[in-house]
Amino acid sequence: MAQIILNGQPRDLGPSKTVRALLADLELAETQVAVERNREIVPRALYAETALENGDKLEVVTFVGGG
Amino acid sequence: MESETLPSSSLDDSWTLAGRTLNSRLILGTGKYKDAAETKAALAASGTEIVTVALRRVDLSSKDNLLGWIDRDRYTLLPNTAGCYTADDAIRTLRLARELGIADIVKLEVIGDPETLFPDNEQTLVAAKQLIAEGFTVLPYCSDDPILCRKLEDLGCAAVMPLAAPIGSGQGIRNPRNLEIIVSRASIPVIVDAGVGTASDATKALEIGVDAVLMNTAVAAAKDPVLMAHAMREGVRSGRLAYRAGRMPVRAHANASSPTGGLIE
Repeated sequence: MAQIILNGQPRDLGPSKTVRALLADLELAETQVAVERNREIVPRALYAETALENGDKLEVVTFVGGG
Repeated sequence: MESETLPSSSLDDSWTLAGRTLNSRLILGTGKYKDAAETKAALAASGTEIVTVALRRVDLSSKDNLLGWIDRDRYTLLPNTAGCYTADDAIRTLRLARELGIADIVKLEVIGDPETLFPDNEQTLVAAKQLIAEGFTVLPYCSDDPILCRKLEDLGCAAVMPLAAPIGSGQGIRNPRNLEIIVSRASIPVIVDAGVGTASDATKALEIGVDAVLMNTAVAAAKDPVLMAHAMREGVRSGRLAYRAGRMPVRAHANASSPTGGLIE
């Protein structure tokens, strides 16, 4: 089964074949995250068409409290 | 603050940062509070209009998200690069922050050492140049060095943000003379970032003539953060008014306040 590295942790890709599907699986609002795939930013407008592949490294980030 | 003797216009004291007209001279961090409710209460009590936030991996075990509860009509979010030790890391972080749909205004901090959290000024200059070229409005955290501040201004930064003391130390203004020099030479806003411990520190910064103060721990680590947020609001305001009023000269000797003549015999 295809596996990705999501925020440093391995994760079976399962049926989530795109960034949009992955975020839906994770129950994350698209408007509250930014996504980097293999160190390239994935613009929000491209979530639906950006396919994920075995071995992809994803960073999914958001804002937290900070100074 | 209401006054019966001063026209309200003389207390109207807005300033401009990167084209934004602001009424508050206090920029507040959102870290280290007990919870979202305390953060919101502290922000409201402080009167701030700009709040800093950090960028981190999403916490998949929690449904709580700052973007879900912070009032973005009321506060401009200022993403920081806390935890970045190179220009490349800071640039990468802020590109991601921009994807989150926030305005292009950012707080650049490139840390040089995990113990002191002093800035790596060389990397800060490198990052500032690149970010400005990419259209960001850059507010750099930096050392209280007038030459460095001049270089950051020459690069096109929208303000300079010299530290008063190490981040989170609460030591107050360790080198007020340097801040005076920076203020006297800068033609962009000067914002004291880091080191304020209590309200009088904020007052002193504004009395020197800096345009604003950015703080987080001084409020969040107070026993009563919401009350301290209110104290900071008043402290910043008092300092600014005192700066505008122009303090009396310091004298070596006493100078009687009451008439010296007309004493009864």
